[in-house]
Amino acid sequence: MTGEAGTGEAGTGEAGTGEAGTGEAAAASGTAIEIAGLRKAFGANEVLRGIDLEVSTHEVICLIGASGSGKSTLLRCLNLLEPINAGRISLWGQEITAAGIDQNLVRRSIGIVFQSYNLFPHMSVLQNVTLAPRKALGTPRPAAEEEARELLSRFGLLDKEAEFPDRLSGGQQQRVAIVRALAMRPQIMLLDEVTSALDPELVAEVLDVIRELAAGGMTMLIATHEMGFARDIARRVCFLEEGRIIEDAPPAELFTDPKDERTRRFLRRIIAAGRL
Amino acid sequence: MDGSEPDPRAGPFTGFPDASPATIGGAWQPPGSFGAAGRGPRLLSGGGRRATAVSTVSTLVVLGVLVAIFLLAPGSKQVRHVFFNPTDMWQSLIGNPKKGYYSVGEAIWLNIRMFLAAEVLILGLALFIALIRQSVSPVLFPFRVLSLIYVDFFRGVPLLLVLLAIGFGVPALRLPGVSTQSAAIYGVAALVLSYSAYVSEVYRAGLNSVHRSQTAAARSLGLSQSTTLRYVILPQAVRNIIPPLLNDFISLQKDTALVSTLGAIEANGAAQIYSSTVFNYSSYTVAAILFLILTIPLARFTDRLIDRDRRRRLAGAST
Repeated sequence: MTGEAGTGEAGTGEAGTGEAGTGEAAAASGTAIEIAGLRKAFGANEVLRGIDLEVSTHEVICLIGASGSGKSTLLRCLNLLEPINAGRISLWGQEITAAGIDQNLVRRSIGIVFQSYNLFPHMSVLQNVTLAPRKALGTPRPAAEEEARELLSRFGLLDKEAEFPDRLSGGQQQRVAIVRALAMRPQIMLLDEVTSALDPELVAEVLDVIRELAAGGMTMLIATHEMGFARDIARRVCFLEEGRIIEDAPPAELFTDPKDERTRRFLRRIIAAGRL
Repeated sequence: MDGSEPDPRAGPFTGFPDASPATIGGAWQPPGSFGAAGRGPRLLSGGGRRATAVSTVSTLVVLGVLVAIFLLAPGSKQVRHVFFNPTDMWQSLIGNPKKGYYSVGEAIWLNIRMFLAAEVLILGLALFIALIRQSVSPVLFPFRVLSLIYVDFFRGVPLLLVLLAIGFGVPALRLPGVSTQSAAIYGVAALVLSYSAYVSEVYRAGLNSVHRSQTAAARSLGLSQSTTLRYVILPQAVRNIIPPLLNDFISLQKDTALVSTLGAIEANGAAQIYSSTVFNYSSYTVAAILFLILTIPLARFTDRLIDRDRRRRLAGAST
């Protein structure tokens, strides 16, 4: 693994004002995310032990694996919510883990949705969705609200715009959280077990939203326990165990004919639990 | 319910297996009443007409006993004359400059003004200190140390000493513009210094009460650290600390009376002048009543907020 990764081949270390622009230009094709030798430890506990992964633009990849295998940490590292210990992450060729990168700028192009929604409880749905466009992008309020309403209506939430999060069902809250991330017009979406906290009957409405995003060409990394969903939506499925990607294959292959014994063991447990 | 009959179940739970629960003290409640007590801090917790009747009777009995003790005490007549004389109470309330004493009723306005000025300044200064203490930047390390020293110092030194130090120390410095202020200004300064130390800790508790996932959610949207603080963390933190904050302000309201030690003619000071002129303490009773009129509404308001907050949290937990 490349421990001395700091100096990437992407020579553009300067602050990324042009980053969004170059991202847009390259977004049409090519590699969206490139992760090389990523390591992350919390104290003595090494959670990611050398992750290498490439994600093409418009590609949907599902991360599966037991709790604690590193799926969530990987997504949080991608969003720069966790500082990494070694390795590097690049978006369309530009290294975002380099020194001097404006993290806020990077995060605008990568949306993340959490298992526990994390809506702002003191704000209405509309305020939740418009806060970041208004305060991070400087979008004037009327324009931000118009865009927010467009997104809310697209996901069947327009009648909820004045509600506060604690008045919504879990499924509705999670859909609002997705809309809130989409309001920043990200080019990549990271979904961290977004249905794990939901009652079973509410899972479908959230998965439908994700399917629509995939159909719209959104590049996505999805950590999930919903194996059936992963099989449907993913171009590739990565199985993680103990901070490493054990197997990385198209779902048809990984779910029916896993190569690695550890993947087989994991899937057997999932099947025994009736979740595949 | 009669508490005189020890419940056999209570023994092992009291921690004093040998003592009969009834002898442990007035705080002991028969286990059967735990359900009613657990319902909440409301003064009259529900329980139907019978409970209301019981509480009414017990209130009347307790009050009656207290009044009887007061009235039957050997010195009762004298005390009533010195502390509760209607004429003196009225005279001190309206004041009489010709006879050399001030109106306590007018002087209370100075307390109100000092309280309001101090409150605004405390809210600002305390937040500033709390934010420095919560900061993580290595650059701010010396300021973190300073704010820690500040909080330790002003929480440790009695307010009265801070008042005296500022009220008599600063004028002695003879700094132009600074040393020629009124006693009320020095008083407000001392109150702000002392209370900001407490209130900054309240703020800190509030900031810590907002879950870290809220910061993560805000930062993940590309919001800067200061925007996150301003729009996501602080509003939630302040909402969580309104009850303890109001608590501190109730105590601030009455601590404005200490400024009389610097010679400010606020309610307590005016009462003092009256009593030393006329040799009757009824003016203090008037001042006390005026302070109660100020603090009780705020206290009830705080109770209501706490109650509302508790109900909201219970409702939130059930969904």
